[in-house]
Amino acid sequence: MAAPTMDRPTSAAPAAVQTMTIAKAINNGLRAAMEADPKVIVMGEDVGKLGGVFRITDGLQKDFGEQRVLDTPLAESGIIGTAVGLAIRGYRPVCEIQFEGFIFPGFDQIVSQVAKLHFRTQGRLKLPMVIRVPFGGGIGAVEHHSESPESYFAHTAGLKVVSCSNPADAYWMIQQAIASDDPILFFEPKRRYYEKGEVDTTTAPSPLFQSRVLRTGTDATLVAYGPMVRTALDAAAAAEEEGRSLEVIDLRTLSPLDLPPVYESVRRTGRLVVVSEAPSESSITSEIAAKVQQECFYSLQAPVLRVTGFDTPYPPSKLEEEFLPDLDRVLHAVDRSLAW
Amino acid sequence: MSSPEKWTHPGPDSPPATAAKPTAEQVIAGLRATDEGGADLVQLLTPEGERVHHPDFDIDITAEELRGLYRDMVLVRRVDREANALQRKGQLGIWVPLLGQEAAQIGAGRAMRPDDMAFPSYREHGIAWCRGVKPTDLLGIFRGTDNGTWDPVKHRFHPYTIVIGNQVLNAAGYAMGQKFDGKVGDDDGEATMVFFGDGATSQGDVHEGFVWAAVYDAPLVFFCQNNQWAISEPTERQSRLPLYQRARGYGFPGIRVDGNDVMATLAVTRWALDECRHGNGPILIEAFTYRMDAHTTSDDPSRYRLSDELELWKLKDPIERVKVHLVKQQWADQDFFDSVEAEAEQIAIELRDYCVNLPDPPAERIFSEVYAEGNPVLEAQRDEFLAYHAGFAGGEH
Repeated sequence: MAAPTMDRPTSAAPAAVQTMTIAKAINNGLRAAMEADPKVIVMGEDVGKLGGVFRITDGLQKDFGEQRVLDTPLAESGIIGTAVGLAIRGYRPVCEIQFEGFIFPGFDQIVSQVAKLHFRTQGRLKLPMVIRVPFGGGIGAVEHHSESPESYFAHTAGLKVVSCSNPADAYWMIQQAIASDDPILFFEPKRRYYEKGEVDTTTAPSPLFQSRVLRTGTDATLVAYGPMVRTALDAAAAAEEEGRSLEVIDLRTLSPLDLPPVYESVRRTGRLVVVSEAPSESSITSEIAAKVQQECFYSLQAPVLRVTGFDTPYPPSKLEEEFLPDLDRVLHAVDRSLAW
Repeated sequence: MSSPEKWTHPGPDSPPATAAKPTAEQVIAGLRATDEGGADLVQLLTPEGERVHHPDFDIDITAEELRGLYRDMVLVRRVDREANALQRKGQLGIWVPLLGQEAAQIGAGRAMRPDDMAFPSYREHGIAWCRGVKPTDLLGIFRGTDNGTWDPVKHRFHPYTIVIGNQVLNAAGYAMGQKFDGKVGDDDGEATMVFFGDGATSQGDVHEGFVWAAVYDAPLVFFCQNNQWAISEPTERQSRLPLYQRARGYGFPGIRVDGNDVMATLAVTRWALDECRHGNGPILIEAFTYRMDAHTTSDDPSRYRLSDELELWKLKDPIERVKVHLVKQQWADQDFFDSVEAEAEQIAIELRDYCVNLPDPPAERIFSEVYAEGNPVLEAQRDEFLAYHAGFAGGEH
């Protein structure tokens, strides 16, 4: 982590607050975790010399060596499966899956071993490992580079699943995930990697498994995570110009879901729109809709509405702007909710 | 540049087999046709109990050591037969017999040091025995009361892995960790051994394990028990090539040992583990053996193999040849054999008693230790279920 320069503090902020991209924030967070614990190792395809295809691990191998930043053979089951053995041996592996669409060769190891070994051994073996997954669309890529597979993992007992949406969370959540003794899928919003924000490197904004209200409002509640948080915030800003007050909640944790702040919000606003790039069927957004109708039945003024990707394979990239929820689709759903 | 290797697909005109040079058909059939392991098979004790010598893998073995190996094999076979019977009596849901593979497992297991690590599949009751896991601790998995209760750290014996081949990658990672920890390179080094079958060699995880262990020079012994059958599929359904020869393609040695010969298996495995702890891993061992019983108690081998085959392999029984050798050498008398039998009977009695008295776990066990650091959503689900459950106890339903 780059130390704050004391001789050139930024104008208004204290020295510990720096502006950086999400990509740099994860990089700094990884570096801080590796400095704090020599058992933390980074492993994946091209994470060493190249610094990862998104440069998230840039410079780490140079500073920590080839035994702590491993350029692995090109095999995702191998990355996950050997990380299991290293974790049992006492290491805290942070695996990078290059793109979410390539995680499936490792799916067997994740579901059959990573998720179940703690339960199988009744706690005698712990799997303190993090699987970093750049996910989501909007980058004009070819097939398998734009998907949102997080529901598969949220559906699997034994795993925890989180997603960051901004640099401060990126910096702190990666460190909190590495410090956890549970295996964690860490979904990174790849199309937001280069968005900047302020990061206070002295204080974590909140614990890892908590959702957070990013914007308060009174007319309806928007819930999103990862790349869709920016979309939801933009929608709320646009709605304000039309005199509508939208509350925006960043889920941050997808398993376990932290829904009490959502219930509290919906009890006030009476309306909920859930936003996600993932297909809607049997998904995290379905789960939220089910839970909210159960907990907020008498508060709801309208059914829970969802704005999601479609239940199709991810389309060719010239069509992805149609596929992905955007500000207009979110506001359209808000209109429908308010008009119910 | 060398010219490409000539490869002729076997046909009707292929030359006849010799002991040293199997036919292409036999190579493709994994040499099962002869039930012999082929010219490269390492053997130190013939099925008739004759001691033979091998230029590379000979060992000196004392009478006491060989009696110990005999005792191990007899006791493990008794555990296996008793557990099989317990399944037939309805006390176990299923059992996975090791009958016929005692020498492969005791030879390999006794080659390990306490600091070495073992990653079993699900048939490794003999390895469990060598790692100090009580036979009773194996029962819960098959009775359905737990998923294995031994401490994998204390015994250095990983939980049974049921998904075929998964453990090979886990073992490769563990062995990498041994190397990263600086525990490889001299006589005091550590090594890991992973166990899998002939069927598993078709799994991607096993191939990836070969690649990973090779490129990281991991101190890992791949111990493949080729028991000729992956449930109903013979080895030729998995490979054209004898399995040990696959190692060459990954850049490390592969050795085929007579898996029904406990001395040869001990010798080869001890050598392989030593090579690994000195930094010369990985190594593949193919233990050429035979699954004398069904795949599991749910299986019916009469649907896919001839009983003649079993009769042939009975002549190669792993225990009988050691007994013959012990008698011939006058290394054991009848009192010894009687005492081992008595010990086996005692273990069987304990196993039965333990099994039939094994209580069902409480309902809250469903939710226990799913996570290391808890999960409030799951805890709420548990509390709701337990409250519902308690309603029955109070007679409210």
